Amino acid sequence: MLASTVRVTRDLDLAEEAVQDAYVQALAAWAADGVPARPGAWLTVAARRNALNVLQRQRTLESKLPLLIVPDSPVESDIPDDRLRLVFTCCHPALAVEAQVALTLRMVCGMATAEVAGVLLVSEPTMAARITRAKKKIALARIPYVVPSAADLPDRVEAALMVIHLLYSAGHTATAGPDLMRDDLAERALDLARMLRLLLPGEPEVAGLLALLLIHHARRSSRADADGRLVRLDEQDRSGWDRAMIAEADRLITAALTAAAPGRFTLQAAIAALHAEAATYGETDWAQIVLLYDQLLRIWPSPVVALNRAAAVSRADGPAAALALVEELERDGRLAAYHYLPATKADLLRRLDRHDEAATAYAEALALAGNAAEQRFLEARVDEMRRPTR
Amino acid sequence: MARYAVMIFERNGNDLPPEVVAEHMTLAGRITEAGGKVIAGMALQENSTATSIRGDLITDGPWIETKEMIAGIFVIEARDLDHAIALAKMTPILDGGVEVRPLIDFAVVEES
Repeated sequence: MLASTVRVTRDLDLAEEAVQDAYVQALAAWAADGVPARPGAWLTVAARRNALNVLQRQRTLESKLPLLIVPDSPVESDIPDDRLRLVFTCCHPALAVEAQVALTLRMVCGMATAEVAGVLLVSEPTMAARITRAKKKIALARIPYVVPSAADLPDRVEAALMVIHLLYSAGHTATAGPDLMRDDLAERALDLARMLRLLLPGEPEVAGLLALLLIHHARRSSRADADGRLVRLDEQDRSGWDRAMIAEADRLITAALTAAAPGRFTLQAAIAALHAEAATYGETDWAQIVLLYDQLLRIWPSPVVALNRAAAVSRADGPAAALALVEELERDGRLAAYHYLPATKADLLRRLDRHDEAATAYAEALALAGNAAEQRFLEARVDEMRRPTR
Repeated sequence: MARYAVMIFERNGNDLPPEVVAEHMTLAGRITEAGGKVIAGMALQENSTATSIRGDLITDGPWIETKEMIAGIFVIEARDLDHAIALAKMTPILDGGVEVRPLIDFAVVEES
């Protein structure tokens, strides 16, 4: 069978791969339709078809390959990091913003499609289609793999910042797998943000993003305990926070806030800084945080921002006021697949001593959460709420 | 060089004031100066002159009714999409815009 496939491919590696794929296909096809009369022939035909498909893709690739080669251009030396250049080129305005983000995560950061889908809150088939469509447009419309010109650069910055932020978020709370954090992703995002800051020192939002990531990163060691369990902000050991990193972020924020109209990353960083600079959870300036969220929501009317604002309102004005906001977001429906919505609701109900409803909401969050550390945390909460002594 | 169609969408079709028409006349030259090339161009009569054929059914009007009508299409050669976008932006527009789309093929049938 392998030899017969090699005749098609003239390449042993490729043939082996095609044969292995044929066995995998047989497992599914034979389970569904029964074993064929001549299984050997079935496998050979399948393997040869796989090989031919790969060859055809290679030929297509070869014809497109010139597009993937970055031409030598005088501006090239402006951006020394190839990954960063790829971030910029994946963030081409001719691609939909959703596609820019997805493509960068997939191509630059090498994330699996399922993981990208999790980060961007869409289903895996939708994400796979989105990435395929974007790649097809890059090839057919000849979106160039070059560094944007100085004139275009600022326009591409915001999309690149959003991508870097999403990348950090994916590392900060891995959506699947055993650990809460994926340090490789988070650190790569931080590197990218630092580099962008060096290249674009005059862009306040770049400073804002870097500050935001620094504050998150300064607190990373206290987010999970020795057993990998999630530790809530109010229970975190603040002595473990990296004060030097927080101070660096603070300097960046102070400079960025002098801009005419602070952007979303600067505002988010300012909120995070208020959390980081409070000596204890109880001393957090919640009223100021709510004000910053109001400002943020005006320039960025996202339901996720509204949910975070509700959490801040619960500390400034009490859980009942926040519960009304969360219920409004439930009716809105856009966050139906976002486990932090039922988790936040559950937390508010717990604080209002409505334990039965809280248990239901924690269980809802548990069903949506993909991260093992978060799942363990939510399981413990469900048990606590169902304990008959309460 | 790659080829792209630039489709011009105008609210009032080719009912354009003389200064816009004059700008169209110099477009090919300006595109050449910018390192591209116009290899074909056509200006269309307005939507009300169109006839659509669906199977055996012949109807008056364009296939798709839109607020803006396709006033013209020209074909350019450009290095890549960035270049094509820069060239297409030179198109004089009164009330509408342009769409840039890569071509699979472009052929002019020569009479023998």
